[in-house]
Amino acid sequence: MKLSGSEIIIECLKREGVKYIFGYPGGAVLHIYDALFSSNEIKHVLVRHEQGATHAADGYARACGKPGVVLVTSGPGITNCVTGLATAHMDSIPMIVISGQVSRQYVGSDAFQEADATGITRPVTKHNFLIDSRESIPEVFKKAFKIATTGRPGPVLIDIPKDLTDPKIKIKFEYPKTVKLRSYKPPKKEVTTKIEEAAKILCSAKKPMIYTGGGVILGNAHKHLHSLVKKLNYPITNTLMGLGGYPATDKQFLGMLGMHGTYEANMAMHDCDVLLAVGARFDDRVTGDTEKFCPSAKIIHIDVDPSSISKIIKVDLSLIGETSSILKDLTKSVEKFTRKIDKKNIEKWWKKIEKWRQRKCLGYKKSKDIIKPQQVIESLYNITKGNAFVTSDVGQHQMWAAQYYKFDKPNRWINSGGLGTMGFGLPAAMGVKLAYPKSEVVCVTGEASILMCIQELATCLQYHLPIKIINLNNRYMGMVRQWQEFFYEGRYAMSYMEALPDFCKLSSSFGHIGIQIDKPDELESKMNEAMSNKNRLVFVDVITDQEENVYPMIKSGQAHNEMHLSPTNEETELA
Amino acid sequence: MSDDRRYIISVLVENEFGSLSRIAGLFSARGYNIHCLNVAPTNDESISRMTIVTMCNENKINQLMKQLDKLVDVVNVKDLTDETHIEREMLLLKLKCNKGQREELKRLVDIFRARIIDVTDTTYTVELTGASEKIMAFVSSMGSINIIEMVRSGALGISRGKDSLENIK
Ligand SMILES: Cc1ncc(C[n+]2csc(CCOP(=O)(O)OP(=O)(O)O)c2C)c(N)n1
Ligand SMILES: [Mg+2]
Repeated sequence: MKLSGSEIIIECLKREGVKYIFGYPGGAVLHIYDALFSSNEIKHVLVRHEQGATHAADGYARACGKPGVVLVTSGPGITNCVTGLATAHMDSIPMIVISGQVSRQYVGSDAFQEADATGITRPVTKHNFLIDSRESIPEVFKKAFKIATTGRPGPVLIDIPKDLTDPKIKIKFEYPKTVKLRSYKPPKKEVTTKIEEAAKILCSAKKPMIYTGGGVILGNAHKHLHSLVKKLNYPITNTLMGLGGYPATDKQFLGMLGMHGTYEANMAMHDCDVLLAVGARFDDRVTGDTEKFCPSAKIIHIDVDPSSISKIIKVDLSLIGETSSILKDLTKSVEKFTRKIDKKNIEKWWKKIEKWRQRKCLGYKKSKDIIKPQQVIESLYNITKGNAFVTSDVGQHQMWAAQYYKFDKPNRWINSGGLGTMGFGLPAAMGVKLAYPKSEVVCVTGEASILMCIQELATCLQYHLPIKIINLNNRYMGMVRQWQEFFYEGRYAMSYMEALPDFCKLSSSFGHIGIQIDKPDELESKMNEAMSNKNRLVFVDVITDQEENVYPMIKSGQAHNEMHLSPTNEETELA
Repeated sequence: MSDDRRYIISVLVENEFGSLSRIAGLFSARGYNIHCLNVAPTNDESISRMTIVTMCNENKINQLMKQLDKLVDVVNVKDLTDETHIEREMLLLKLKCNKGQREELKRLVDIFRARIIDVTDTTYTVELTGASEKIMAFVSSMGSINIIEMVRSGALGISRGKDSLENIK
């Protein structure tokens, strides 16, 4: 079979099982677009901004586990992808971005729309390639997909000069079955003696705690995690990225931990004597003051990335490898020692935890006059019965979604945890909806965040993506305002959102439905109305309490046991 | 930081476009200094070898080794610091030498086993190889002799015995 460079690219993508490409055309990729035009197996989704393409591909990958694919032109096309690449990179999301480059004879000459794509994206990709010959295209694609999807996953960029995609020059095509990468070595299987040691430590705990992150979701390890946690009857908490890794409605689940984690999860972290961390990276939003992190705990860390071990917190035992296979082996090994578990002490520990739980740190007071943001998420949870895929942007709404929507299954909670990218939610929801057209997909956002990628409403119309957008409209960059209230004596510098559009009119001008809700007693009925419209995108603009804060909160430099609870919560405790 | 010390590490990388900037980028992105760095091809033309000298503490060097190992282009890395290893560096030194200083310079060249490799009526160029301390000692012994130009290769390191970075993995 003789193919042009462009046809080879399409063929490689087909062989990798790619169903969707999120992209935006331009001079340097026109040959590729032309080849795509005559292929009907891969569906191209035309976004309205390349950042949207990367977030959509990212959302697709987070929801279904397959790498998201992006195609953009040189220069501004690829520079617009940088935020999306960095977002995926921080959260270890498999993604392939194909960017056109100026023809080889112009590279380095400051040609029209030339940008050093591999240079610019080097720190925000797992790896990147600049293709220098037609013959190497198949091998580069094979390598790129392998690197993006194995070990600790991540985004890979392939930059391809235009002349290599010339439709007139055809060469023999063969897609390699395997590819050798001597310098790329995902970890080998962990040794059994270390797994046994971990099992022994776990079973000797008096006040154990399990803390899991995005690595459980990415590593598809939730089932093995569940068996282990059930076998041990120990408490478990999830990071923001790990939500859904363990069923949130299970009684052993203590909620999210960290800066806006629950009282019980953070207190248990502080007091525990053995901590098992799985697929988590001890992010500063999780640890609080690292000097005071789990002061009396022996720490075991399971992770696929050796460089995560003892990076921030020194651990006592590390198990390196795929989280699923290690958890499976660990569960087996634990069986041998379960009789050693000090049941009395564990019972005592649970009693202590129940006391913390009784504080009901997520309690809040409803009002007759103004809608509380928390109650919007609770309403969403009830209406969707906890089954929706929820994407979010960044800010208070993100934290409320994480706290009040109880995720029982993995891959349902889709947010930019590492980079904290405003603008992520809407395009990510498009990717999720394409991956699961029959499922309910909701984007929980804020009036500031949603404006950062609002242009994608057009994409949603073109491809008929009837997602639901829940805009917690507090007329503030709420999270910024909260910090200004706490740390800058209430000087709200530039955090008030003036000149907001009429979101209902804005949505209808894009061909969608807009509903505004501003009265608490209309919340349920209007939310129901919005959610029951299965065939249209509905933008629900909810006017919420302007100065509501996210609690509990650990301020930076403080320890897990130095949380600030909401004023109402502090009162109930004192009474 | 007070517990910082000198580390010398060897890195084998794929001899590919962008490999050097990936490594240099890792150092700058993660806040490591590069005291000196040397890169050149090896007997296997698909592989280049780097020797890097950096100042940091033990925690940081452990992290650095793992981060280097994680780079897709890196074939192998080794911290030579506490291994028995040999270190060499080459110095080229161009000196302005008046008549009265020539004898003194020749004496120093002999003591340090250096070589004079170029002479003009006013200048001498000297070549010296040795460990970094020897290079430094030679330079500081120049005293009143004027240094016009100085080039150092940076340290090269290799472990003693039959170990090879090229066949460990
Ligand atoms: C691209 C980007 N710019 C700036 C920030 C900093 N930031 C974090 S939260 C936030 C405010 C978000 O406001 P909004 O979307 O209204 O959400 P709210 O906090 O009010 O729920 C800002 C500006 C960010 N996370 N991302
Ligand atoms: Mg807001």
